[in-house]
Formats: sequence, structure tokens, C-alpha cells
Amino acid sequence: MQQAIFAVSTIIIGVFGCVAYFYFSNVILDRLLPAKGPNAGRNINRANAIRPWLFVFPALAILSIYLLYPVFSTFFLSLRNSSGEFIGVGNYTWLAGDEKFRESLVNNLLWLLVVPAASTFFGLVAAGLTDRIKWGQAAQSLVFMPMAISFVGAAVIWKFIYDYRGDNQGEQIGLLNAIVQMFGGDPQAWITLPFWNNFFLMAILVWIQTGFAMVILSAALKGISEETIEAAYLDGASPLQVFFKIKIPQIWGTIAVVWTTITVTVLKVFDIVFAMTNGQWGTQVLANLMYDWMFRGSPDFGRGSAIVVVIMLLVTPVMVWNIYNAHKESR
Amino acid sequence: MDMAGGKSRLTWAVNLSAAVLVLLWIIPTVGLLISSFRDRDAISTSGWWTALSASEKNVIERALAPGEAIQEGDIWVIEGRVLEGQGITVTAFGITSKEPEAFAPGDTATHARGHKITVQSDGNYRIEYAEEPSGKRGQRLFVRAETPPGFTLDNYREVLFAEGMGRSLLNTLTVTIPATIIPVLVAAFAAYALAWMEMPGRALLVAAVVGLLVVPLQVAFIPLLKLHIGIGLGKGYLGIWLAHTGFGLPLAVFLLRNYMVGLPGEIIESARVDGATDFQIFRRIILPLSFPALASFAIFQFLWVWNDLLVAKVFLGTGEDQVVMTGRIVDLLGSRGGDWEILAASAFISIAVPIFVFFSLQRYLVRGLLAGSVKGG
Repeated sequence: MQQAIFAVSTIIIGVFGCVAYFYFSNVILDRLLPAKGPNAGRNINRANAIRPWLFVFPALAILSIYLLYPVFSTFFLSLRNSSGEFIGVGNYTWLAGDEKFRESLVNNLLWLLVVPAASTFFGLVAAGLTDRIKWGQAAQSLVFMPMAISFVGAAVIWKFIYDYRGDNQGEQIGLLNAIVQMFGGDPQAWITLPFWNNFFLMAILVWIQTGFAMVILSAALKGISEETIEAAYLDGASPLQVFFKIKIPQIWGTIAVVWTTITVTVLKVFDIVFAMTNGQWGTQVLANLMYDWMFRGSPDFGRGSAIVVVIMLLVTPVMVWNIYNAHKESR
Repeated sequence: MDMAGGKSRLTWAVNLSAAVLVLLWIIPTVGLLISSFRDRDAISTSGWWTALSASEKNVIERALAPGEAIQEGDIWVIEGRVLEGQGITVTAFGITSKEPEAFAPGDTATHARGHKITVQSDGNYRIEYAEEPSGKRGQRLFVRAETPPGFTLDNYREVLFAEGMGRSLLNTLTVTIPATIIPVLVAAFAAYALAWMEMPGRALLVAAVVGLLVVPLQVAFIPLLKLHIGIGLGKGYLGIWLAHTGFGLPLAVFLLRNYMVGLPGEIIESARVDGATDFQIFRRIILPLSFPALASFAIFQFLWVWNDLLVAKVFLGTGEDQVVMTGRIVDLLGSRGGDWEILAASAFISIAVPIFVFFSLQRYLVRGLLAGSVKGG
């Protein structure tokens, strides 16, 4: 109860604080530089120069403290060891030789190859199919729904799919093993299966991200001009040909956007691995490895930070590409 | 004709493929939902897909003691019921462990000692003795019975009240609501300035926001935790509200600015000519017109904060009053990984709210996604 009051009062203070800041800072500016009197012209110009900064200041301040400062701070932390002494690139040379780091990097690259490709592919198929049927809207909702589910919730959901019972532990209650058995195969402990277990974890993220890809690609498909499609049909193209040769080439830009957005999500993947295997059985990824070094056992902020810098470097190309596109767009 | 036939066959194929795809995508969630209503034993002995059909089981039960037989004319009789109150249907029974399914319901089995046993399909049994029997150990009855699908709310009751999920629900709400509202407000003002006010370096600021969109959150953890502890904020709700606000701002500013740029400039210009201040323009014109964009960001932020595990693990403590639902489920996965009924019910509680928000406000969510990805990049 106390907590509820605390939360409600914070909302009120936070919201009113924000509104009050914006309102009173504007009022004060108007008082200090009144738009009348002998210096009216000069005052208006000055007020107009200052006012935008009043509007952006809170956002700018929070962004600087919560995102910009940490980027630099993390970089400098990565040059120190666990007791805070400066060791130059020591953490990076340690990374290069570390078995677990190499495993994480390889796994992350695997995730990068598979998840964006599979999600975009399934998203495209789902968009292509649902655009042509009457109950397309409902179908899209259902495929899109996993987006709303937390990675942790998804991990529990998929435990019911991947569960494995040993020889004397009775009936298989995992769906995948039940299906394998139905077709006469042997049940497997999917989550501990070396190498392939990575793909079973990836399937969870693909399941979540496909809806995202589908929604965006479906909108892009709807935006294609009818004329090109009709012309193709008149020339005798089959529906499949139209889809692959007419529609897809026209939405390459959107496909690229979907692909890169999912790529960024993949680089930060943490919860799924944390909840399903915690990096055991050869499934470690960078984000979870970093969490290990930062918060478990004997924390080493230097090594943890070095891993973050690596993730940051991997994201940078996408960042540059995004900025370039946004810039092009605004012209 | 041929052409039309080919077309309808294609329509069929498309409908069928779409149905298969949708089924594949919802089956995992349906599995969780069904499991969360099954009792502990049912979950751990059979797959959730068997829950909707009746299941068969073999049980051994002892009839009432022979000493309790009642005289009926010449004979002594014991009557009772196996698996009382479980709504079962007996499909076979037996009286020896060698042949536990020797008789069909309604048949009469004769014991080596001479008494006669009948079990009806509803579970009622009748044992007839020619002479007055004695003893305390009742006749063993081997019964094969079909049990109807059984569902229970006990898992939810246990999870909410005994496992602390109810408390975590409150904690999650405490994190989520302020962490959704505050960034919307802060971002709306900034987005307006970046869209419609003359200022030097505007393009640079916009580019910086786009760049910050993809910065991995992990970057922020150590520096911010040090900062929070350094200024005495420590681990707690205020810290996590600020953190979520910071992490949500790039997307918020980006989405809202993109939307506001598209608003008709004439309205804003004519308001300016009429002498409206920027604050008035913002409050009376921009905010109401931007409602769809505000709503879509708010939904994003809500889903993201509600579902977040990592930020909560870093910025909140581990006390009972600060563990959020995702954190609680991860703990349960570790400590009670075999208690499927607890896991299933907990997970479903945590995903029920986002799914409800998703289905009721999907329109705005889709619009926001499109604005964020297709237009901007």
C-alpha cells in the first residue's frame, strides 16, 4: 500500500514537475525579455534563440547522462583492471585469448547470420500470405502477438516445447520430443545438444521477431503501385513470379531496414540465453558474458566493460548507416 | 474455366499455408495457457496437448473391510465406490495383480475364496459373500479408469499469494507507469523544438538521437550504477525510472519528431501570426494532433519496461519490495525449475497484461512501428 502511494505520488510529482518546468521556464523567459518596450525587437530575437533550448534541455540532459556519458565512461573503464588500475589494452588482450569470449563471439555471429535472415524470411512469407486472404488482419495479429511477450515469458513457453525426459522418467511432456517420437525418432535433450542448442534458442527470438518483420513488410507490400503488378499479370506472370520478381525488388529498402533493426536486437540478446541456459552447454553470448563479469562472483568491471565496447563496435556500422539514411531522408 | 480453377486452387493453397503458419505461431502460447490450468501431477506426467481429451489411468484401491458387510437376506454385501468424486468412467477391472483388466464393467468376478465382485462403469462396486465375512483388509480392486479433462485455478492462487507473484505484479506496475509517462512528456517538448523551432545545430542533434537509438544498454550499467551510488540514489525505484527514461528517450524523440514534422505547417504559422507563443502552440495544437504518435510510443515503452529483465536486475535491489515479475520468474526457473505448474501460471500472469494491451491498442503499435522504421530508418 505504502508502495502504491509512493508510486502514485512520484507520477504526480514527475508529471507536474515536468509540466511546471516547461511552463515556468517559458514564463520567466517572457518576463526577462518582454516582447514590448524599447527593446522589443531585440528581445524577441533573443527569446526565440533561447526558447528551443528550454524545450530540449531536459531531454538533452537525460540523454547525456544516461547514454552519452556511459559510452565514454565504459571505454575508459575498459582500460582498467578489477582494482581500478590503468592497464592499457590489457583487458582486450585477455579477451583475445579467452575461451569463453571466443565462444560468445562465434555464437553471436551465428545469431547475427540466422535470426535476422530467418525472421525477415518468415515475415515476408507471412506478409505475402496474409495480404491475400480475407482473415489476413486476424492472422497478422496472431503472428504479431509474441512481440508483446517478454523474453523471459517466451523462455518459459519454449521450455514446454523443448522439455526432455530421460529413459525412466515417463512420458515426454515436451511438444518437440512428442512429435519426434510420433515419427519414430529418439527424444533428445535439445537444450544441451552441443552446437545445435544455439539454434533452438534462436528459434525463440525468430518466433518473437517475425511479427515485427511481417507488419512492416506488409505495409511496404501494400505501398507498391498497382500498375506494375497488373502489367506483370497481363504479360502472363504467375503470382509467385509477381511476388519474387516484381514485389520484392520494390521493397528492398524496407527489407534492409527490418534486417538491420533485428540485427541490433540480436546483438543485445540477453534474457533468452540467461533464462534458458545461462550460457552453459556452449550457448554463451556477449551480453550474457558481460553480465557474468559485471555482476557475478568476483566482479571485474574492466573486463565487463571491454566486452561492452566490443558489442558497441559491432553495432557501429548499423548506427552509421541509420544516421546516413535519416540525413538523406531529411533533405 | 481453366484459369479460374487454377486461381481457386491457389487461393486454397494460400489460405492453408496461412493457417499452418498461424497455428505454428500460436501453439507455444496456447501450450503455456493450457498448462497453467492443469494440476501438478497432470503437467509432469503427460503433455499439455493431452489435457483436452480424457486420459486413462490404472489405480489400485481397497474395498471396505469385510467386517463392515451388511446382511441382505442370505448373503452379506459390501457396497462402495472407487475413485469417489472424480467423475471417472471405469473401462475395465480385475481382482488380481496378474490380470488387472480381466473384466469389463458390470461383469461379475469370482474370487478364489468364493465371494463375487462387480464393478460398474460409474465406479460403484458390490461384493457379495455367501457367509458372514470377517477381517480388516478389504478386497483389492484393480481399476482402469478414464478421467475427464480437469482444470484448476489452484496454480494461480498459489503463485499469486504464496509465491510472491502478487507482490511482484505491484512492483512491476510501480516501475512501469512512471517509466512510461515521464519520457513521453520530456520527449514531446524536445521533439517539438527539433521539428518546428529555429535553432542552430538542430540537424546535428537529430543525427545524435538517431545514433543513440542503437547504443547497447549494457554500456550504461556500470557507469550509471556507480553514479547512482555515488550521489546516494543507490538501487531503487527512482534510479530505475530515470534509467528507463534515458533508455527510452532516443526512440521517443525520434518517433515524435518524425510525426510532428509531418503536421501541416500552415496551422502552426498562422497560430504564430496570431500571436500564440510556442508553449501555447505546443499545448493547444501539437499535443492534440500528435496523439497517435504519443500513444504508439507509450505502448512501446510500456511493453518494453514491463517485459524488461536486465535493467531491473541491474538497477533494482533483490528485496521482496523490489523484485519485478520477470526477475521472479527467472528466480523460479532456477530454484523450482521442476515445478511446471508454478512456472506456467507465473509466466502467464506476467504476459497477460502486455497481451491485453497489445490486442486492444494494436492499431497504434503498428503505426508507431511503421513511423519508426519505414520512414526514418
